[in-house]
Amino acid sequence: MSVKSDSLSIGITVGAFGSAFGAAAVASHYSVLQACLLSLLTFSGASQFAVIGVLGSGGSAISAIATSSLLGIRNGLYGVRMAQILKITGIRRIFGAQLTIDESTGVALSQSTPAAMKTGFWYTGLAVYIFWNLFTLLGALGASALGDPAAWGLDTAIPAIFLGLVWNRLSNRKAWAIALSALVVALALTPIAPAGIPIMSTVILAIILGWNE
Amino acid sequence: MSAQWISVIGTSIFCFGFKYLGHSVPELWLNHPRIQRINTYIPIVLLTGLVTVQGLTEKTKVVIDHRAAGLGVAVVALLAKLPFPLVIIASAITSAVIYRIN
Repeated sequence: MSVKSDSLSIGITVGAFGSAFGAAAVASHYSVLQACLLSLLTFSGASQFAVIGVLGSGGSAISAIATSSLLGIRNGLYGVRMAQILKITGIRRIFGAQLTIDESTGVALSQSTPAAMKTGFWYTGLAVYIFWNLFTLLGALGASALGDPAAWGLDTAIPAIFLGLVWNRLSNRKAWAIALSALVVALALTPIAPAGIPIMSTVILAIILGWNE
Repeated sequence: MSAQWISVIGTSIFCFGFKYLGHSVPELWLNHPRIQRINTYIPIVLLTGLVTVQGLTEKTKVVIDHRAAGLGVAVVALLAKLPFPLVIIASAITSAVIYRIN
């Protein structure tokens, strides 16, 4: 029982941030329909904020897609892990793949039996999916009525969300060093590279610094 | 087609594609420690890059404005281990107040 109630409370909490996404998408000149389609089809918070963020700050569609897709690679690696547990094929694999995100994988892997892992994955994934999409619609409709996004702090809420997401990953000295070098690279490239490139270029750092232990 | 539509369709295809691919490839292909390390670092550098560019730059200039103040408050809130929603709200309110004063 507790796996299911955990899943539901995570679904509501995380899903509520869909309203921030919907509002941010509209502030970045996406339509309500486009905001909702991103939540339904992409369904990965960091990637969704990244794509609207890069395009919204003047980047090209290509660099927006590249940045969001690179952020989406980790879901693929979660998928590799979850496939061993779920053992699903056909249409269920399509739905399972779409629900493979930070939260569903995290809840599943923190359970102790295979049955509880499956329950945790499906309940969390579905709960987040339902609430994330519902709140995206509400946020997008709400923002359409707000006007100037900066007057409501929306232009800062988006980088603050990214900051919160990266903060959880800064668990040791090396992670901090990597983050700070990414900050320096992004700032250094801003005056000379086209919009979107300074963000994408930081991936080279991840490859260089991750190549050897 | 507008850049928005291209980005919606492209992002949706790639993000779902990676998820589905993950469910379909043999695990040992991706078990290499090097792949695992790089995969751990990619979100760190990209998310930091996004914070930096969206919080501290305007077109091709480095700018310290209401957004930097909001992010400063977010850092303090994170150091104080406040819940995530409070961090974002405190940051947004700070930014909005300074923006409206200016």
